[in-house]
Amino acid sequence: MKRTGAEIILDSLVAHGVHTVFGYPGGACLPLYDALYHYQDRINHILVRHEQGAAFAADGYARASGDVGVCIATSGPGVTNLVTGIAGAHMDSVPIVALTGQVPRNLLGTDGFQETDATGVMLPVTKHNWLVMNAEELPRVMEEAFYIANTGRKGPVQVDVPKDVYLEEVEFNDFPPPNIPGYNPDEGMQPDPTLVRAAAEVIHRSEKPIILAGHGIHYSHAYDELLEFAEKANIPVITTLHGVSSFPESHELSFGMVGMHGNLYANWAVDRADLLISLGMRFDDRVTGRLEDFATEARIIHVDIDPAEIGKNVTTDVGIVADLKPTIRALIDEIDKLDHSPWVKQICQWREEHPSLAIRETEIVLPQWVIRQIYHITNGEAVVVTDVGQAQMWAAQHFWYDRRNTFFSSGGLGAMGYAFPASIGVKYARPNEQVWCIIGDGGFQMTLQDLAVVKEHNVDVKIAIINNNHLGMIRQWQTLFYDSRFISAKLENPDFVKLAEAYGLAGLRATSKEETLKVLKEAAEIPGPVVLDLVVDEVEKVYPMVPAGSSLAETIEGDEVEEARYA
Amino acid sequence: MRHVLIAEVEDHPGVLNRIASLFRKRAYNIESLAVGHSHRPGISRMTIVVEEDHKEAIQVAKQLDKLIEVVSVNDVTEQRHVSREMALAKVAAPEMKRTEILQLANVYRAQVVDVSPGSIILEITGDEDKIDSFVEIFRPYGILELSRTGEVAMVRGRAMPTPAMVADEGPAA
Repeated sequence: MKRTGAEIILDSLVAHGVHTVFGYPGGACLPLYDALYHYQDRINHILVRHEQGAAFAADGYARASGDVGVCIATSGPGVTNLVTGIAGAHMDSVPIVALTGQVPRNLLGTDGFQETDATGVMLPVTKHNWLVMNAEELPRVMEEAFYIANTGRKGPVQVDVPKDVYLEEVEFNDFPPPNIPGYNPDEGMQPDPTLVRAAAEVIHRSEKPIILAGHGIHYSHAYDELLEFAEKANIPVITTLHGVSSFPESHELSFGMVGMHGNLYANWAVDRADLLISLGMRFDDRVTGRLEDFATEARIIHVDIDPAEIGKNVTTDVGIVADLKPTIRALIDEIDKLDHSPWVKQICQWREEHPSLAIRETEIVLPQWVIRQIYHITNGEAVVVTDVGQAQMWAAQHFWYDRRNTFFSSGGLGAMGYAFPASIGVKYARPNEQVWCIIGDGGFQMTLQDLAVVKEHNVDVKIAIINNNHLGMIRQWQTLFYDSRFISAKLENPDFVKLAEAYGLAGLRATSKEETLKVLKEAAEIPGPVVLDLVVDEVEKVYPMVPAGSSLAETIEGDEVEEARYA
Repeated sequence: MRHVLIAEVEDHPGVLNRIASLFRKRAYNIESLAVGHSHRPGISRMTIVVEEDHKEAIQVAKQLDKLIEVVSVNDVTEQRHVSREMALAKVAAPEMKRTEILQLANVYRAQVVDVSPGSIILEITGDEDKIDSFVEIFRPYGILELSRTGEVAMVRGRAMPTPAMVADEGPAA
């Protein structure tokens, strides 16, 4: 059968069950769009308003669906605009296939119009990428692209295709199964039983163990196993930022998040533990604080699918390279029913004495209080997509996640502007759920042009701008570490309600607690997208906090505590 | 410490770029990298010498192995292996010194591959120490140009290096 390069690519998308893609056309990929014209019954193309949004949306889609996200951009500026989103997906191990157009083969390397060394630019931020010089290669490359993106430690891949290769007609029969000599993710799926026994032995000898649950729980769908393991071994569970919503936060063994803005008691627990069972996380500096002083009394069992993560940042006692699901299952079978109630009680006592998540009673609107109200108004059933900075941390702390895989955030890269386009992707992946985008006034202005997208397709996301008229985290750091020399922290903002209206969307503003409750309720009832301008206190800081370069033991509780300490 | 890694990689355009990018990104200290065809069609073989401590060397091997086009990585530092490097040195050789230089070259079993008025090109093969020593000895005569290939290595005995090991930290004692 004769097929063009573009048709082979689209056939591949269909074969992999891709029904929604996010993209932006341009000269070099117009042949792909022209072919897409005939696939509109099978593939829904969402025209974003900036390529960065396409990558973020594909990221949100992938995380929320468990499938591969697909984004499309043209050569040159199209592909460079994708970079931030792809770099974020790379840091957070999100499976994405990025289809990028390239100048025709005869112009490659001539500095042609809209030419960029697209595979060169993308190389350090993709799991793998290809420049496809012949359409005959496309069946193999597309198959490898999906395979590599969505297996092992997942990640984004890029398929860069010159304009004339899209048009090239070749004989096409079938997609060959991937055969890559240097890539065998299946080999590393099952845990080594010897290591599982060694881990169980260490667990049996521990008195103060902690489970550190990371992003891997989501990717491995190891929710049941994590719950059963924690209960059988009676071990407190603390999550990383990406581990949020991997373990029910109302569970008696849940102690929330660890790290720079982790709960005080969680940080103390990790600091004083004699064993860390680290599941699908990578000891990022935002988790560990000063590495030399991280969990100095703890042995470490580290399970990760990526061999390179074992021993990268911390020295492990038992390192297991495997998929989490079968590994935790094997651990459950290997361990006895255990009781760590004195240790659990100890952490509970710390929590009583230092309730990190208590919200002060105030007249003014505190951002933490707003997040808590979103939790209440949605009965805790919202899927939350956050940006980066203060609002991200408050959303991680003050919304309580009992439902699996309901928290999405730009973690590793920390890309402002992520939340809004990502929430569009999340909504496409989970159309029947309430999707709330919790974003700062700064972050929202980085990618707000996609308001046109939610209008056009009536994408029902609630955009809750936690508006403190500042780059809040910048202000916080300048307050704490730069003697309040504020520069470029204050924002002169547009009228977000009018902005929403200009896009033909509902916009609601609240400046008091009363109004906040009212507009949140209203927004939840509106069957469609809403922009919420939730004006909050300008100077509120995110606490607890581990100052950069400090250890978890040095976690600061809050302003008042600090003032009292120095009074 | 000096670590010698042997990597088998798919012979694709851009592979070297990926490896160079990895070393740059993670700031690994690379001493030499030699690449050429292997005995297997479509597979190139690299010998990479890095100056890193044990823990970092393990990271280098693991990170290399993560690259899709890298088929295998083997740290042969602790294994019995032979390693060789080749160098071409253009040594200043005025007529009155020529005999002396040729005698010295003979000590190193260096081949004379070119004789021109005023200079000689010597070709020498050996391990790194031998080449270093050769360079030191000839430096006083005036080395006009020096080109070293970087080390290539091969494990003695068994046929092929095993795929990269990942279990650096064994089970807890």
